[in-house]
Amino acid sequence: MSPMARTAPVPAATDPAIIRNFCIIAHIDHGKSTLADRMLQLTGVVQPRDMKAQYLDRMDIERERGITIKSQAVRMPWELDGTAYALNMIDTPGHVDFTYEVSRSLAACEGAVLLVDAAQGIEAQTLANLYLAMENDLTIIPVLNKIDLPAAQPEKYAEELANLIGGDPEDVLKVSGKTGEGVEALLDKIVRDLPAPVGDANAPARAMIFDSVYDSYRGVVTYVRVVDGQLSPRERIQMMSTKASHELLEIGVSSPEPTPTKGLGVGEVGYLITGVKDVRQSKVGDTVTNYAKPAPESLGGYEDPKPMVFSGLYPIDGSDYPVLRDALDKLKLNDAALIYEPETSAALGFGFRVGFLGLLHLEITRERLEAEFGLDLISTAPNVVYQVTLEDKNVVTVTNPSEFPEGKVNEVREPMVSATILAPSEFVGAIMELCQSRRGQMKGMDYLSEDRVELRYWLPLAEIVFDFFDQLKSKTRGYASLDWKADGEQVADLVKVDILLQGEQVDAFSAITHRDKAYSYGVMMTSKLRELIPRQQFEVPIQAAIGSRIIARENIRAIRKDVLAKCYGGDISRKRKLLEKQKEGKKRMKMVGRVEVPQEAFIAALSSDESKDKAKK
Amino acid sequence: MPSVLPVGDPAPLDGLLPAQAAEGAAGREFCLYVHIPFCAVRCGYCDFNTYTAKELGSGASQAEYSGTVNSELDFAVKALAASGVPERKLSTVFFGGGTPTLLPAADLASILRRADQLWGLEAGAEVTTEANPDSVTPESLQTLADAGFTRVSFGMQSAVPHVLKVLDRTHDPERVPQAVAWARAAGLKVSLDLIYGTPGESMADWVASLEATIACSPDHISAYSLIIEDGTKLAAQIRRSEVAAIDDDDHADKYLKADEMLAAAGYTWYEVSNWARSDPDRCRHNLAYWRGADWWGAGPGAHSHMGGVRWWNVKHPAAYAQRLSTSVSPAAGRETLDGRTRQVEHIMLQTRIIDGLATAELGPEGRDAVAGLIAEGLLDGAAAIAGTVRLTLQGRLLADAVVRRLLGY
Repeated sequence: MSPMARTAPVPAATDPAIIRNFCIIAHIDHGKSTLADRMLQLTGVVQPRDMKAQYLDRMDIERERGITIKSQAVRMPWELDGTAYALNMIDTPGHVDFTYEVSRSLAACEGAVLLVDAAQGIEAQTLANLYLAMENDLTIIPVLNKIDLPAAQPEKYAEELANLIGGDPEDVLKVSGKTGEGVEALLDKIVRDLPAPVGDANAPARAMIFDSVYDSYRGVVTYVRVVDGQLSPRERIQMMSTKASHELLEIGVSSPEPTPTKGLGVGEVGYLITGVKDVRQSKVGDTVTNYAKPAPESLGGYEDPKPMVFSGLYPIDGSDYPVLRDALDKLKLNDAALIYEPETSAALGFGFRVGFLGLLHLEITRERLEAEFGLDLISTAPNVVYQVTLEDKNVVTVTNPSEFPEGKVNEVREPMVSATILAPSEFVGAIMELCQSRRGQMKGMDYLSEDRVELRYWLPLAEIVFDFFDQLKSKTRGYASLDWKADGEQVADLVKVDILLQGEQVDAFSAITHRDKAYSYGVMMTSKLRELIPRQQFEVPIQAAIGSRIIARENIRAIRKDVLAKCYGGDISRKRKLLEKQKEGKKRMKMVGRVEVPQEAFIAALSSDESKDKAKK
Repeated sequence: MPSVLPVGDPAPLDGLLPAQAAEGAAGREFCLYVHIPFCAVRCGYCDFNTYTAKELGSGASQAEYSGTVNSELDFAVKALAASGVPERKLSTVFFGGGTPTLLPAADLASILRRADQLWGLEAGAEVTTEANPDSVTPESLQTLADAGFTRVSFGMQSAVPHVLKVLDRTHDPERVPQAVAWARAAGLKVSLDLIYGTPGESMADWVASLEATIACSPDHISAYSLIIEDGTKLAAQIRRSEVAAIDDDDHADKYLKADEMLAAAGYTWYEVSNWARSDPDRCRHNLAYWRGADWWGAGPGAHSHMGGVRWWNVKHPAAYAQRLSTSVSPAAGRETLDGRTRQVEHIMLQTRIIDGLATAELGPEGRDAVAGLIAEGLLDGAAAIAGTVRLTLQGRLLADAVVRRLLGY
């Protein structure tokens, strides 16, 4: 049992030998935030009366969805064998979309707590992050959480963890973030097992940015880990990738509220405020150095975020376009990975083509736009980036199906991913079937334990951006977990399927698909639209076409009756109100040629939820 | 009259009307509608504000009803006078329901007599009552005619027994020609109401109903497509798939058939769902609704209109009777329409009738829409060139769409 540290080590004057930098690697729902909260309490940095659940997840959406998007670092004092230590806990995002951010957080640590739900075992994303941690030479402390749950199987999963990282199942710590059991022992183990940071205090400063957050009051708050040298208040610093220099208005540590300090020294973790307003000026992975005495070499490892998935975002009410533009500009301040450019759709009007790191990133961004800015949006089906080589050897990059070149093309290349799927062994058949139907190539299969399997596939990204994960979950009763990373590209027989309403192409419904799936897409879309588009005063043919070849056709018959039979004294108010309602409804109609298409039809046709369709039938 | 009341402003207890109600009143027709909320049987398709005798407690019984309505008429005279609305004679009176003829003819006569005493009937005033073919006798019809009624509108609905059964109508179709003959003998004009598109009704059934109707040689015919109202028994039966759903295309076919057969038999349409043998045979009371006249609607749930002020009474007969017993206005709510809204109603209602409306009354969007509507065959081109917006046969079937386009909606 360790007492709370009586005197906490002072930032900027802390011997690296008493610093421990660690992160927690865990799957969503495996209790990372609860464990972190418990540590905050035990180390005394948060008083019990200030405690709110999941203290560190600041954004509403994070709290709502129970997931961590943005990481943070908290400095906590802890005493062991008479020595006070400074523990820096660096929170990491848990989702596959944010792998790069995770890798930078890991690079800021010497060790990682591998936290696994004692009732569920390790999941694919955790496995992926564990690999990243081991690649960064981090010391791993395996921990089973939620041992208070009746369904917990600590022995079974301790075995699994020991098999994965090597070592004895006995060494796997068993804790409960909920009851606090075992958490003090974990803090002790962090002090004992993790190496202290090492750096050259006299060298020019080098600090790695592992997170960058926009705060509407303070501007961008940059979280760094100092590797060499020292950063001090009021000095000028330089970002090594851009050479931009800024004055340090404030430097400090989070414990967990921001607390200014006299600086940050070797091995320390804290925050910088320079007054910049855009996270792009303070990029995750970049190296911060002294402007007056710059380091000759950066820490390395910096990459520009690369969007993998694109979708068109359009305001349902066209007059909201400026609101959407301003909203994206604001989100961009806090999200260096968000890229967008204006786009016009004949069907949907003015909007933006937005690039995302992945589907979750898309969903979160869309939710934030709707919740924080009051926007109603339509998003087009997400698509990936294709490289199309024309007959004249020119290469066109296609981020939107409407950019797909007309006429002859030499070849189309699509991005591929390496996917890792973990699931109970009984589902192997179902998973293989799903991956094959998504044009996947199996790369390997391993048993993690007797009844848990890891499958590795090489899959087209386009096949997993739509509803792959949902399908995977439903085919495995929710047990499978998925991780993927970009892995090259392949040449594929891809075609663009257009949807035509009364001969007019509806750009929002165009899709790039594999030739073998073009027909089923065409049939699915045309029959969906036939249900969704109300009858008009004229017949409306709906066609799916590859180039000029029609592959599917449906018909909406002309409406023949649109009149209320009775309109007597007591009907007049009701009838007038109905008219006014229809007028409002008209605003939500988009004209495609002469055809009035309700917004709902676009939304429903573009939504991926097949289960809803089935329920209707 | 649908059973769901609109949402509006509260109505004052004294029944006083906003000043707008009196403006220009002297130049408008004044009519009276009397709602009789009783039916022998509740029909499966009907969502009107009606009750079977069993559903009503004391204070709202059929026996007391004419007295209660008469007290509303007394209230109306005072409220109109206090609101500065000039005295006018009644140009039409209409008893609707429900089944007005469930009340003894003498009760209906007493209400009409009270209205005549209070306001006076114009010379040649039209006085109509709705009736079920099986709730009249030669004597009751004679009593009505003697009391000043000029017209009776029978709810015939169909001449085909299996269709009447789906509609829950109890009368024997053989009864209709007989009732028509009695009404004629009493000196009353006759209108027959039909419903088409009932689940299970074939085109042959519909033609049979039209033939039977024409054979009765009424002065006036109304034909309504069946509307499935929420909350009715029929709506529930369709939801549970016990009865086939209605089909708009079937309705369109039957409307066209009706217009064809009625035109051949000498009836001319003058409103989307109404045909008459000659101009004087048109229902002046209903035309008053569509032309924006003033009317007082008496009875539970009844709607009134006075110079762009619309109001409606409380729905339940007991609540209605209770209010009047303490000289409190029975109005449950009202709305005062501004000029623009009145114009919207004007276009919405006038477009449905043969009078049509002057192209000059349309806004710029409406005038822009006319050419397209002519090209699509929905508006009469020659009439439009002469300055009148008038629906064609196709246009009548799509009248709501035409109205929306004329309004720029």
